[in-house]
Order: sequence, then C-alpha cells, then structure tokens
Amino acid sequence: MKLMLHVAPKIVRQPLISSVIIETSALINIERASIDAVSGEIVIEVSPDKCQEVREAFERRGVQVLMLEMPVIRDEEECVHCGACVSICPTGTFRFEDWAVVADSGKCIQCGACVVACPHRALRLILKQPQMDGATTIGP
Amino acid sequence: MEEKSLVEINERIRDGSVKVVTAEEMPDLVDELGPAGAVREVDVVTTGTFGAMCSSGVFLNLGHSDPPIKISRAYLNQVEAYGGIAAVDLFLGATQPSLDRGAEYGGAHVIEDLVAGKHIEVDAEGPGTDCYPRLDLETSLRLDDFNQATMVNPRNAYQNYNAAINSSERTLHTYMGTLLPRNGNVHYSGAGILNPICNDPEFEYIGMGTRIFLGGGQGYIIGSGTQHDPKSGFSTLMVTGDLKGMSPDYLRAATFHRYGPTLYVGIGVPIPMLNERMARNAAIRDEDIITSIVDYGVPRRSRPLVRQVSYKELKSGLVEIDGRDVKTSPLSSYHHARMISKALKASIEAGEFPLTAQAAPLPRIGSCRPMKQTKEYPMVSDVMSRDVLTVREDMGIEAAAKAIVKGSFDHLPIVNDRGRLIGIVTSWDISKAVAMGGIAKVSEIMSKHVYSARLDEPIELAARTLDTHSISALPVVDKECQVIGMITSNHLSRLFARRRSH
Ligand code: SF4
Ligand code: SF4
Repeated sequence: MKLMLHVAPKIVRQPLISSVIIETSALINIERASIDAVSGEIVIEVSPDKCQEVREAFERRGVQVLMLEMPVIRDEEECVHCGACVSICPTGTFRFEDWAVVADSGKCIQCGACVVACPHRALRLILKQPQMDGATTIGP
Repeated sequence: MEEKSLVEINERIRDGSVKVVTAEEMPDLVDELGPAGAVREVDVVTTGTFGAMCSSGVFLNLGHSDPPIKISRAYLNQVEAYGGIAAVDLFLGATQPSLDRGAEYGGAHVIEDLVAGKHIEVDAEGPGTDCYPRLDLETSLRLDDFNQATMVNPRNAYQNYNAAINSSERTLHTYMGTLLPRNGNVHYSGAGILNPICNDPEFEYIGMGTRIFLGGGQGYIIGSGTQHDPKSGFSTLMVTGDLKGMSPDYLRAATFHRYGPTLYVGIGVPIPMLNERMARNAAIRDEDIITSIVDYGVPRRSRPLVRQVSYKELKSGLVEIDGRDVKTSPLSSYHHARMISKALKASIEAGEFPLTAQAAPLPRIGSCRPMKQTKEYPMVSDVMSRDVLTVREDMGIEAAAKAIVKGSFDHLPIVNDRGRLIGIVTSWDISKAVAMGGIAKVSEIMSKHVYSARLDEPIELAARTLDTHSISALPVVDKECQVIGMITSNHLSRLFARRRSH
C-alpha cells in the first residue's frame, strides 16, 4: 500500500519517518521524496496490515496522509491508447493488454512523469499538477 | 497465376459478396492457402495507421463579410492561419502554436474542435482596398459555417519511421516523446503489419486518386507526400478529404511536451488482391518490417544509428541495446490502427466504399535531400578562445586562485593526469573555498557534472547547451576529451549582435 505524505514546513525538519517506524515497527520503504523550502512530499510503501496504524501515527504528528489507491487519473475520452506513457513510468504502472493501455493500481508514486509525457493530456495526478512551462495546467 | 480485376471486386462490393480481411489476418491466410488460394479467397485487405502526423492542415473558406475584407492575417482561437491566399481562404497548419496558450493549444486543437462541432473565435485583419475596404473582423464560426473545410496533408502515412533512443545525460522532450537519459527507453512510431504502404510497397494499387479512409471520413491520395523517398523505404503520401465528414474519434490533437502541437490522424487504405504478388506483399509480418533505432542524444541531422530492429521486437516491449534490455513503447496507437482497419473493412462490406483505379502512379524515385545551406554558420572552433588555462585535479586552492586571477575566464576546467576534462570550478567556488578555509585541492570543490562543447559543433548547439543549463561558459574539447578552448555566452552574444547588425 502506498501512502503520500504532505509535510508542512514547520515540521519538515523533524525525524518523522524514523519516529513512526519506532512507534509502529512497520517496515517502510521510501519510494520518492521531494523536500524543498516550502514543504515536503514523500511517498512510502507499507504492508496493508500496518497501513492504518502508520497512517494514524503520521497524522498524529501533523502530517497530511493520502492513500494512493488510484494510480493516476485518466480521462478515457482523451486517451487513444498510444503508449507514450508506458516506457517512461519509473514503476511500470502502465502496460498493454491487447493493445489497450491499462494502469495497474498500487504501483504509482505520483512522480508526474507520465502527465507531461502524455501527448493527449489525458493524465493527471490525484493532487497537484506538475508545471507545464508557459502553459495552462490541466485538470480542475 | 491467379488474377482478378478491380471491376470484378467492385461488382462484389456492390452485390455484398466481397470478402475482406484486415492486414493482421492476411499473413496466416497466405500461409494456409498459398498466394494463389489467398487471391481466390480474399478480395480486399484493409490497413490502418493512427499516429502523430505533423504535416497536416486544413484549407478553410470563410465566405465574404459585408463590407468585404481581404484577409492578410487571421487567428482562429488565437492560432494563426496563413492568410496569403486570395481574400477569405486560409490554411491552418496542425503544428502552429496559439498566441495565448502556446504549445498546449495549436492548429491541431482548432481542427479537433471544429470536427467536434465547437465554435471557433475568428480574428482577422486586412489592408483595406477599394474592393475590400474592411480592415478587421471578429466572428464566431462552427465547421458548418465554413463554405469549405478541406483537409490537405502534405506528408502523411510514412512507410517507415526511425525509432528513437537517447544516449545523453539528460531527459529529452522531442516529437518522439519523452526520451529518458542513458538509453533509458526506446520510442517508436508506426503500425507495422497494418501500415498501408508496407502492404503495397510496389504501389500496384496505391496511387494518385486512391480513395482512402481519412479521419473517419473518405478521402483521397493526391500524390506522393513531401520527402517521399521510396528508394530508401521512406515513401509518404499526400492526402485530402472533406473535414465535414470526419470524426474526432480519428482526428486527435496532441502536444508533445516542449516540442509543440501535432495532429494524430487516422488513415486506412484498402488493398485489392489482384494477383499473387499482391497477396505475397500483403502477407508481410511485423518481423519482416525493419527500422533503425537512432540516437536523439546527438542533435544533428544525421543521428547515429544504434541498431536495426524489427517491429516484432519493438512491439515486444523490450529491445536489447549494448547487452541490456531497454523498454520500448509506441507513440502511435496500434489500438486505433486496428479500429481503422476494421472500420474500413465494415464500410467496404456495407457497399459504401468502392475501390478506385489510379489516375497516375506514384513516383518511384523521390527526394529527401538535406537542405542546401547557402549561408555558412560558424562552428565552435571559429568562435572560441584558445588561450584557455586548465589545471590538474590535485592542484591546491591557493594555486588555483592565482591561476584564475591570471587567466581570462571565470571558469577553470579541471583535467586528470591524461589531460581529460573531469570537472570545472568557477571563481565563485574558489573564493568561497578560500573564505571558508580547510579545503586543500580543487578536486574537492569542482563540479564533476561538466558540460562541454565539441570543436566541430555548430555554435547553435553550444548556445542551446548554455541556455538549457543556465551556464555562461563551456570548455571545448576534441575527440580525446582534451580541453582546447573555451566558449562563453559573451562570445555568442558578440557574434549574434554582429550578425544582426549586418
Ligand atoms: S500517453 Fe496518454 S493517450 Fe497515450 S496511452 Fe498513455 S494516457 Fe493514453
Ligand atoms: S505519476 Fe509517475 S509513477 Fe505514477 S503512473 Fe505516472 S509516471 Fe508512473
């Protein structure tokens, strides 16, 4: 199960992950972390049985937690099943099934690479949009 | 030799007895029945392709306003259309970006919106003449409001297209999609077994005047496309069709990130089985269709060939490059190519799609020469400074500080004991190190990720490297990676300023 953590600037310097591991003794795999001056965004993988506990432990520490159940959101009207999203995804979320592109749930780490790579602008992330230079962003 | 005529086949299309298969089904049939048996059993093989076809566009006639205008410039949803044709004829090209939304909305998107029945905002300007006094115009039009909306695509349906890989150190955003660094992926385009020209490579049926499936409607081949080059297996088609009969299912606007807009066009060509040779040609399989993987990491016209590959390997999802399996994926949609071959099959079976005799054959000899460049552009070696100072990686900070004061640049390339470029430090790095103290050698503070320019590279490429990485100087290296000069943004701006003042 993947969880996306949004860490506010005031707690970003705290050893959040270590303390959650000690508290819950869950095995946590960090899939992606981007931390800058204004906030942090971390994607972790935990086993399904520890998921709820880990989630609550983070939330108690003021971290906003999102379960990544859906990979990315795809607009089925726009998708033409070209495949431009397949080989660029670092986690192999997309694959062909009889030449239709299908997305496997539970693999996506919300990195956004496919969002810019999709020529038909059919994909968007659950939360935020990566910046398309000099252009309008897609989605709501 | 088993043969039949086009007249016989059209007779069967009329009376509903025609036997049609898709190009995917044909190879097995020919294996089973032999070419003669296949000619007896099959009348028509349908093909299909659906991919980015940048060289596409639409002629639009707006009708005359009152008072009339002779349009010189026109914008459709802020996308410029060419107005230099008579008074109210325009040509809207698929790759033209819009003024307000840039590459995210372009000519292709206007075309898709028109086909989807949406309103398009038209802004036009004219010079004002005695017969066309009006100076400007604003109106809102839908596809039905145009007198004519005729798609004319100068180069579509490539017989073959090179696949792309990227050996460089950075991710490239190209018309071949996102190419990951260090040979991270391979992108290819084209339908392989369903490709129209691959199923009639000798142009026995395909010719001027051939009726085709175009964007969901019916269209025609007008002739060979631009850059048509049958000798090297890169034939192309120029096609036309009435946009009013097309559907957004088979005409889709797209944007390649940091490249621009393009149009995905659906094309299908029926191929009659007139003789055994044609049946053998239409029995082609993905393993018989070979293309090249070329390196887009080298931004020159002749990109290095990495290896030859069949569509069977490309479609498998992995190809071997230098002993490593690299992921492949297509940019064109095989899913839609298949839909097109089936839709075309259905419309022939329904008697709606009679086959055509060629008005004239396509040229067997084409031309795809490089551009004749009459103006010489300088190379890096013509512009760079040669009095560059390099220092060895084990040089002390103090000595490096002296060197940079003595030298003429803010940058000090660092080399190893064999003289190869391995890093770079700036005067800022050195001053910081001196101020902080406690740092002995330049190798401790140098950036190991150093960009460089090649001696024999056009300066445009060096300028792009400086620009992409927001840096101000590049060491120039020869083939052995020895530093022989330095090129800076000052060199380039001086040069461009000179060029502009001429
Ligand atoms: S790149 Fe976009 S259009 Fe192509 S298959 Fe992926 S989601 Fe669909
Ligand atoms: S966001 Fe990243 S991980 Fe998720 S599907 Fe897209 S490319 Fe793959």
